[in-house]
Amino acid sequence: MSVTTSHRHRRVAESRSAVSLQQARLPRWTPPVLALVAVGAGCGIGLGAGLDSTIQWGLIAALVFIFGTYALTAAVEGARQAKDRLATSMVWIAFLLAVVPLASLLWETVARGSKVLDGYFLSHSMGTLPDAMPGGGIYHAIIGTLEQVGLATLIAAPIGLLTAIYLVEYGRGKLARVVTFFVDVMTGIPSIVAGLFILSVWILILGFGPSGFAGSMALAILMMPVVVRSTEEMLKLVPNELREASLALGVPKWRTILKVVLPTSIGGITTGVMLAIARITGETAPVLLLVWGAKTINNNPFEGAQQSLPLYVFQQWQQGSDASYDRAWAAALVLIAFVMILNLVARGIARWKAPKH
Amino acid sequence: MDYSAPPITNTPPPATGSVSGKAVRPGDRIFLGLSRGSGIALLVIMAAIGAFLTYRSVLAISGDKANFFTTLDWNAAGLEPKFGIAVLAFGTVVSSVVAMLIAVPVAVGIALFISHYAPRKLASPLGYVIDLLAAVPSIVYGLWGALFLVPHLGGLYSWLNDYLGWTGIFSYSNGAARSLFTVGILLAIMILPIVTSVSREVFLQVPKMHEEAALALGATRWEVIRMSVLPFGRSGVISASMLGLGRALGETMAVATVLSPSFLIGSSLLDPGGGTFAQNIASKFSEADTFGQNALIASGLVLFVITLLVNGAARLIIARRKEYSGAAA
Repeated sequence: MSVTTSHRHRRVAESRSAVSLQQARLPRWTPPVLALVAVGAGCGIGLGAGLDSTIQWGLIAALVFIFGTYALTAAVEGARQAKDRLATSMVWIAFLLAVVPLASLLWETVARGSKVLDGYFLSHSMGTLPDAMPGGGIYHAIIGTLEQVGLATLIAAPIGLLTAIYLVEYGRGKLARVVTFFVDVMTGIPSIVAGLFILSVWILILGFGPSGFAGSMALAILMMPVVVRSTEEMLKLVPNELREASLALGVPKWRTILKVVLPTSIGGITTGVMLAIARITGETAPVLLLVWGAKTINNNPFEGAQQSLPLYVFQQWQQGSDASYDRAWAAALVLIAFVMILNLVARGIARWKAPKH
Repeated sequence: MDYSAPPITNTPPPATGSVSGKAVRPGDRIFLGLSRGSGIALLVIMAAIGAFLTYRSVLAISGDKANFFTTLDWNAAGLEPKFGIAVLAFGTVVSSVVAMLIAVPVAVGIALFISHYAPRKLASPLGYVIDLLAAVPSIVYGLWGALFLVPHLGGLYSWLNDYLGWTGIFSYSNGAARSLFTVGILLAIMILPIVTSVSREVFLQVPKMHEEAALALGATRWEVIRMSVLPFGRSGVISASMLGLGRALGETMAVATVLSPSFLIGSSLLDPGGGTFAQNIASKFSEADTFGQNALIASGLVLFVITLLVNGAARLIIARRKEYSGAAA
């Protein structure tokens, strides 16, 4: 019903505007046609002038489109409308400009990575294989990544959770303010600085060698502030009435937190922790400084060099042969897939556990 | 051996959550202690980071035979170590500035596209995809930058050289495009998702009343954005940019894979050369002895201080905006 009325309204409006009131307007199909013309011009000029970079073709097309739209609108509809159209076309071009590299990144990784990615690649380490030879795999890197990220989560998640609980449930006064401030500061620590810190304490001063655990400690430093922030947000969403109802029944505060507040927000907290895990999984710099990277399987994260997926990508890239580039792309594909799946599952949990009204 | 049926006991389970009226329950005390302890542990870690980095840096800088801030060289080995951060500071600042110049306008454009221009059905999936892209690991950007972006930029650079080469900044001598400018472009692509997603959040918070008021006055869509959306979102965009800048400054792997480093400050941004703090640490680390590692830690401390300042500024702006939007709401 509402559809038909709105339809009628529009028709009335249109018939009115046809009489007077509205200035001349370009037909609706102008922008797409102009876009086609611009792309054509870009390709034409690019081919004609012999420009070998497709980036230039795109830039020329964008310029033709912007100025074409502006000139045409200014001539037909007036200066204000022209400015409006200019802004619209700039926004669209900004969007396309960003989509192109990001789509290319994903496409290249999938296309080049799927070349050597198979069961063998996932279930074997590099062993003694020469770098320039095809073959080998990432089993040792997957083991390393899982162990390092797991240990980092074991360190960072409890500290982060408890800190967030302190800030939301107990935090009054100076200490809470200072902690909040430093959590913010900690969020901005570059990953390589976290690596340097563990390097100076664990390896240079305490004299331990490189190990997966050293890497996990640096990763934990990067993970903590993320967990604190997201958990804090989630705990703040728990309605105060729930806490008050529980306390009014004589339940101690710590049991209120454990049995009422945490279960209510557990979905959001899980999401936050998983997003934090996804973030540290891709960190290379601290692993480079502290874990060093090995070619063979090392199941013990507390002793000796290990491998990790991002570091494997970097080291294979450094080798610089075609075979190692293939391996680097394949490992990058596995890494992206892992991070994306973590993200999707985390957001799925958030949606599934979201408070229903 | 059958453990499936545990022996039944008649003792009732111990009463938890007693209803006694004692002042502080032990459970509460333990829990408060644990959570406060975690907060304090976090502070201790931060203090330790500052203290240990400073300590190692002092060791390094006192052994430096040249000025740590102005020397154009990094030679931390041998009896006469001479190293300085001038090139690194220059490269870090230049690549980050290039990244910001490219990324911020584009990110604001995408954020506006998602919040105001895109068809409704497209908008929320787009926001979702942007958030996902923010999670792509930096090493993947680095790999893509080195093996895909670099070979594709040569043509653009010689074109820039033809028309803008006279400025000196854009002169290019046909090498591989592994320069600070390429690093800037790659960093721009990397920080786009984060800057976009924060800006989009802010644009979506603009009070509908402001926009409708502008529309009612006969404003075009652009005028609505200029008069109500951008003024409201300005500080949000600034803080989003600062967060992006913080990431660009500290980015390691993407720079290490793309840049072909040298310890010279050239006038051209397109020719290979230069370096950044994080890249220098990553590439010099494997061959450094203990003193060399101290020297790298010293440069890391400088990077740490710079990112702290940038992030601090961003937080200040966000805090001010909170008050402002609280008053407006």
